[in-house]
Formats: sequence, C-alpha cells, structure tokens
Amino acid sequence: MNRKSHSIETITAWLLALIWLAPLAYAFWSALHPAAYATSFSLSAPWTFENFVRAWNQAPFGRYYLNTVLLVCMTLAGQLVLCTLAAYAFACFKFKGSGIAFALVLLQLMIMPDVLIVENYRVISSLGLLDTIPAIAFPYMASAFGIFLLRQTFKGVPQELVDAARIEGAGPLQILWRVYVPLARPTYIAFGLVSVSYHWNNFLWPLIVTNSVESRPLTVGLAVFGAPETGVDWSIITAATVMTMAPLLIAFLLFQRQFVQSFMRAGIR
Amino acid sequence: MNAWLLLLPAAVLLAAFTHYPILATIQHSFFITRRNGTPLFVGFDNYRAVFEDTIFWKVLLNNFWFALGTVPTSMALALLMALWVNRNMRGRAFLRLAYFTPTVLPMIAVANIWLFFYTPDYGLLDQLRGLVGLPGWNWLGDPTTVMGCLIVMVIWKEAGFFMIFYLAALQQLSPDLEEAAAVEGAGRWYIFRRITFPLLMPTTLFIAINAAINSFKLVDHLVIMTKGGPSNASSLLLYYIYEVAFTFQDSAYASTLTVILLVILCTLALIKFTYLDRRIHYQ
Repeated sequence: MNRKSHSIETITAWLLALIWLAPLAYAFWSALHPAAYATSFSLSAPWTFENFVRAWNQAPFGRYYLNTVLLVCMTLAGQLVLCTLAAYAFACFKFKGSGIAFALVLLQLMIMPDVLIVENYRVISSLGLLDTIPAIAFPYMASAFGIFLLRQTFKGVPQELVDAARIEGAGPLQILWRVYVPLARPTYIAFGLVSVSYHWNNFLWPLIVTNSVESRPLTVGLAVFGAPETGVDWSIITAATVMTMAPLLIAFLLFQRQFVQSFMRAGIR
Repeated sequence: MNAWLLLLPAAVLLAAFTHYPILATIQHSFFITRRNGTPLFVGFDNYRAVFEDTIFWKVLLNNFWFALGTVPTSMALALLMALWVNRNMRGRAFLRLAYFTPTVLPMIAVANIWLFFYTPDYGLLDQLRGLVGLPGWNWLGDPTTVMGCLIVMVIWKEAGFFMIFYLAALQQLSPDLEEAAAVEGAGRWYIFRRITFPLLMPTTLFIAINAAINSFKLVDHLVIMTKGGPSNASSLLLYYIYEVAFTFQDSAYASTLTVILLVILCTLALIKFTYLDRRIHYQ
C-alpha cells in the first residue's frame, strides 16, 4: 500500500513538472517551426531558424541586447560599490544616528522604486536623464536589500581577522577590501544573481523612462515589437520572446544550483 | 575614517529616488495643476475624488481578488512541490528545475506566451475546446474570464519561487519528530497535518505576507495582455496609477492614488516587521 501511494505521488510530481514546462516547450516549438505549425503538433513538422532571422531583421534586437547588458552591468556595478560602502559603515562603525539612518535605508524594502513611478519620473526628468540607460539604473543603485544583506554578512566576520590586518598597518578601506569583501563572496554571488535576473526582466520602469531604440532594454523592445497593431506573425513574436529570455534561461540551466541557492539566501531576509 | 562618508553615495541616491519621491508624492496629492501650469492647493479634494471614483474601487477590488486568487493556490502548490523535491524521489533535480524555471523568465515574455494560449479561435485553449466541439471564447476579452486567466498564469509564474522558501524551511526541520511519529505508527498524512505543517507555519506566514506585497507590484503583463480591460475588469492599482500618470497625464491624481498604495504597502510591511520577523522568523 505504502509503495503504491509512493509511486502515485511520483507520477503526480512528474505530471506537474511536465505541465510546468509545457508553456516554455510550446514557445520553443512555435519559434522553431514555420507559422503553419504553430498549433498543429506533428513530428514531421520541419525545423527552421527563419523566425529568428526575421525577428532579428525586423527590429533592432542587437541594440536591445546591448542596452540590456549595459543596464544590468551598470546597475550591478553601482549596487556593489554603494552597498559595500554603506554596509561597511553600518556593520563596523559606531556613529550617532546610525539607527535612524539604517531605518531610513530599510524604508526602501517596504516602498520599492517600482511603485514610486510618478515622482521618480519627475526626478529623472529634472536631472535631464530621460530616455537614457542611467535613468533606468539610478533608482535601483542604492539597494536597501543589498545593504541589508551585506551588513549581515560583514557582522559575521571574525574580529580577530580585522585586528590582525590592523596590526599589520592596514587602513579602514584596506581592511574592507582585503578582509571583508573576500569573505563575503557567497553573499556577493547571491546578490549579483538576483540583481541580474531582476534587472534583465524588469519592465514597467524602463517602459516609462525610455522612448527610443538607443536606450530601450530587451523587455521593452519585445513589448513594442509584439504589440498587436504591428501585425507581426505569431511565430516571429515567439522567436523574439525566446531571444529575450534565452540568456538568463541558459545561465540558469548551467548554474542551476547557484541560482536556487541565491534566491533562497536572498529571499530569507 | 568617517562612517558618514562611506554612507554618502548610497544616501544621495536613496534620498533622490526614495525619500524625496515619497514626500513629494504626499505633497502633490494636495495640489492640482492649473491650466497655466502652476499648482493650486486643494486640500483633500483629490482624496474625495478618489473615494468617489468607481474605477478606483474597481481596481482595488481587483487587486484583492488577484491576491486572493494567486497567493493561496500558488503557496499550496509550492508546499506540495517542496515536499516532493525534498524527498528522495526519482529525478528530483529535474523536478526542481521544472518547477523553478518560470521564476527566471521575464513577466513580459511569459505574458507573450500565455497571450497566445488565450487568443480567441486561433489560440491553443480554443483549439483544445474545438477538439471536443466547443465554440471559441474570447478569454481575455470577456470581463467574467479575464481575471481568472491572468490568475492561472501568475500562479504558474510564482509557485516555483515560493517553493524555494518551503524547501529551505524543510531542510531545517529535524527528522527526529517525524521518525518518532512514524515509529508510533502515524500515517504520512497525519504526520504532515500534525507535525510538518505546524512547524512550517512561520514560513507560511512569511511567504503569505511577502506574496501579498508582491501582488501589488505585478502589473507588467497587463501592458501587453489586456491594458487593464475589458472595462477595467483586469486592471490593478499600480497599473491604474501608470495609466492616470502617463496616459491621462494627471500627475496630481496619480500622486493621490500612489499615497493610497503606499499606505497599503506600509500596513502590510508593518504587520511583517512587528509581528512576523520578531516573533516567528528570527527567534
């Protein structure tokens, strides 16, 4: 009886997994076959890359890729520098008002830049940054989440190591660079993966502040490309969709364990 | 080394893109913009307008149904997935991969794929209905079905993400209790109901509140799937703010709506910080 219920459960688990993969499998099927086979699944359907070629030629996807890569790198680089410095201040220095300052940082965990679109648009516009890649990145650079995560990690660094470095004559910044940063590597990897996934996929804010091919990231480019009024063929839209999600999907398949662990580490805050 | 100097770069950006915008949102909600572009103080008029705005109540109610439709179901699925993946089951690495994959996809790509499932006549769902002789149905064009369709899609997108938290919690549980119960002859359902599930309660509450907060931010799909329609049947509060601010160009009214969204988010966050984090999660 017990073994039987076990195998029924295994089958159900597998069935759910297949259902979960089906929408993705469907996207790949539709992108890799001629439009005529978009809804008829036959084993004899010819395979083709034509949809990708046509999508690539109909919209500046090369430029969108470049924009997204620039955006993701710029955001992450800014976050790493700013959050490291701020987390170092909160974890290792005693100063007046640190409690209030930290509470003001944590406020961003409640009220994310994603919901302040109206006023952030004004700020960006008064800085003259509208329709640029930095405009998309700036609101996210001082990440409260990153500061919080790094502060926790820095607090766990053994004091003996810090003292040893100090005796050897290292200054505060050298201690940060030589002791804290190397020991926080797993946290940096976790935060980096979560940040890259988030900003690769982010959509509403980039949609609001960009208006041209030169600054639009992939997600916004895809939405513009796939709008019904453009009358583009379904299979070509799916090809563009696959192109948009492919890099992250491949990275996920390659580094599955790191992804899952990073999301786990980052999520339990 | 001055700590304030280390804080300065982050503080400048936080002030510019979090603190100032919050204050400015509140301030602008008490003004309207006159024809000549100068602001006019109107007191609580904007709030009065919001409370008399039937669309506002509609999208707020939609948000409620959207959260109620997505959060419990995706959490139940997440728990089931986590229990399966945590057990020594055949191909558990594959199962984890399959369940988690939707989490790393952009919402906008997901929306594109599902848009095709729901396309009338030509779409996958109607093709399946056609096989059993049912007529086509405009899934996203009908106010009675549109929300359900979007909820199903979001459950698919989010369940794997919540699975991760349950998985982390399950790995922390000591196997002793379960073993002891099994020795006493307790069935697996009994063990789950009386031991595992109660021990997971902190995680359940933690996910529930995070998921509720998150449900107020999930609007990307509306931009390409429904634009909030038909007749606002699928619109959500943040999407309505986006529409008011950038389509109707009424930033005073959008600020007022944002204040209400901020109040909701802060209430949820306060519940989380005062109740959850202290008493349950960080014991």
